[in-house]
Amino acid sequence: MKNIKFLLVGILFGTVLTKTEAVSWFRIQEMFRFQSFHMYGIIGSAVVVGAISVWLIKRFKVKSIEREEIIIPNKQFSKGQIIGGTIFGMGWALAGACPGPLYALLGAGYPVILMVIFGALLGTWTYAWLKPRLPH
Amino acid sequence: MIDLLKEPWPWYVSGPLIGISIPLLLIFGNKLLGISSSLRHACAAVAPFNIQFLKYNWKAEMWNLFFVLGILIGGFLGGVLLSNHEPVQISQETISDIKSLGVNSFDGLVPSDLYNWETAFSLKGLVILLFGGFMIGFGSRYAGGCTSGHAIMGLSNLQWPSLVAVIFFFIGGLLMTHVLTPVIYSWFN
Repeated sequence: MKNIKFLLVGILFGTVLTKTEAVSWFRIQEMFRFQSFHMYGIIGSAVVVGAISVWLIKRFKVKSIEREEIIIPNKQFSKGQIIGGTIFGMGWALAGACPGPLYALLGAGYPVILMVIFGALLGTWTYAWLKPRLPH
Repeated sequence: MIDLLKEPWPWYVSGPLIGISIPLLLIFGNKLLGISSSLRHACAAVAPFNIQFLKYNWKAEMWNLFFVLGILIGGFLGGVLLSNHEPVQISQETISDIKSLGVNSFDGLVPSDLYNWETAFSLKGLVILLFGGFMIGFGSRYAGGCTSGHAIMGLSNLQWPSLVAVIFFFIGGLLMTHVLTPVIYSWFN
């Protein structure tokens, strides 16, 4: 089962996200009101560690465990980052969660989050349907 | 030791551990951290109909579904087994701001006076939870990623389109929090 290792990374990610309260509706309220450094510290230090890791991987041409070259494609700019980004931010603040916390909260014993997950699936499907008609 | 684990973890412990997931996914199989993609894979698996954006081999992205299943299990470990079940220690200003919205329960990770089934199926719940979720799904796919794919993975790889996305995530979040949220909650109080 080659996917078990990704399950394990997910378990680490979800445990940390939950233990540091990044999945909490209250922390999101606090973040968007600039009333605590907590969430900014999490995102900022995650990016610092991530950036150093990516730099090291590129610098030393680290290979994957399957001995493949590690390739990180560039993100393409589109108007979606502006329009979709704003819509995503509004949803993040309104429901008080982003996609990672949706799954973590379900596991943490808050089944009502299924309503938000169902909405997120509807939103994803609607984007897929409308994609040819949206500005990009 | 267990008592220490049960305390909420400070940002300088959790942030670096979240960052470490980036090289782990790359080294374990050339995978890019991203969570909202799982919603697309779920749509492609369940309801692709004849939509171009949903016609692809989602089974090749199975690793991502295992990853989010892991996040769910992690939520159980962190939120149930390793939890001290104390209220989240947010600032006093935030508490009074939240109370002014008419939200008064501060136990747990989400407020129970919003996140309960009765409210979820009321107009208030449909607007805040279902439509909030709709914007999360629609917006993240339109932007090509969410907090994990753009803010953590994209910024770690110094991608300027991700920086644009993160700036607009915050513009949307600030607009919702400071302008729209008080109006939306006032409809239901």
